[in-house]
Amino acid sequence: MTPDPYFFLVIFAGVALVFPLMPLAAAWLWRRLAQPPKPGPQKNATYECGMESIGDAQVQFQSQYYLYCIIFLIFDVEAIFLVPFAVAFTGLPFGAFLAILVFLLLLLEGLVWAWSKGCLDWARIRKTA
Amino acid sequence: MPRLGAHSENGMTEKIDEGLRSELQKRGVWVTSTQELYNWGRRNSIWPLQFGLACCAIEMIATAASRYDLARFGGEVFRPSPRQADLMIVAGTVTKKMAPQIVRLYNQMPDPKYVISMGACAISGGPFKQGYNVLKGIDRFIPVDVYIPGCPPRPEALLHAFMELQQKIKDQQLSGKNKAPHLAREQPSEFPVPAFGAHDLEPSKNPDVFRPPHLERT
Repeated sequence: MTPDPYFFLVIFAGVALVFPLMPLAAAWLWRRLAQPPKPGPQKNATYECGMESIGDAQVQFQSQYYLYCIIFLIFDVEAIFLVPFAVAFTGLPFGAFLAILVFLLLLLEGLVWAWSKGCLDWARIRKTA
Repeated sequence: MPRLGAHSENGMTEKIDEGLRSELQKRGVWVTSTQELYNWGRRNSIWPLQFGLACCAIEMIATAASRYDLARFGGEVFRPSPRQADLMIVAGTVTKKMAPQIVRLYNQMPDPKYVISMGACAISGGPFKQGYNVLKGIDRFIPVDVYIPGCPPRPEALLHAFMELQQKIKDQQLSGKNKAPHLAREQPSEFPVPAFGAHDLEPSKNPDVFRPPHLERT
């Protein structure tokens, strides 16, 4: 009689159960028989770099950092435009120089506007209405 | 406490006759005890805690790298977490600002744990002993197993200390009167962490750990 074709799944499940349980059982037995457990407040501490942890991990975080991200992205892309400009700088006509200057001034104006709107303040103090 | 390994009541190991053992090994039969197997596994997989304090750490890095190759002794797995480390190599000058963190890291290591005090600074404060900001030896707060003199010690010296530590682990006993200190229920696993005070660490030493030799002057 041929065994059921899915019988190997039963064997597989059995091995998958016993294989991780064996070292756990061995460790448990070792703890019971030979090495007494020695827990302590420092040993059980969450943080493990030698410093004491301060405060709560579940802090509230300002959602306004997205403005930072957008401004950073704009100026990051600006650098991509500036690099070819800087490389070809000596061979450029005066019109091209003026064009890039206008581009830079437009971005600078945007920065000044964002600054004046208070987008660069990290922890924005709520203005009373 | 059940008996693990072959021990008599007075704590001495009843060793198998070496001639008989080598005779059996030639026939392909290996005789061992739980204690030997346990210590063999432990001493060939000592995982150090990955941290360095000063110039000795550079020598420690050289020891772990390919030229000196600490991996030959099974100690190449430097762990960034004290939870996974067996050995703390105090490599360099321990300032008083750093000492509490080192003791706390030592406390967070699981037993069995060992300490190598590497270099003159870690042993005694070294050239900074007369200064105001350097701890005069890490053995004031945590028990040290092997000391390495030198400023800094060469990688060969660290390898030698590693081999000495392996010998020490090999000789540790699982049961009996002289069993390894980490197996004793009363041996503490955590040591008091000093506070960084206005003038010195408070307390400036742990009297349970620090027992300097008393020299009689005549």
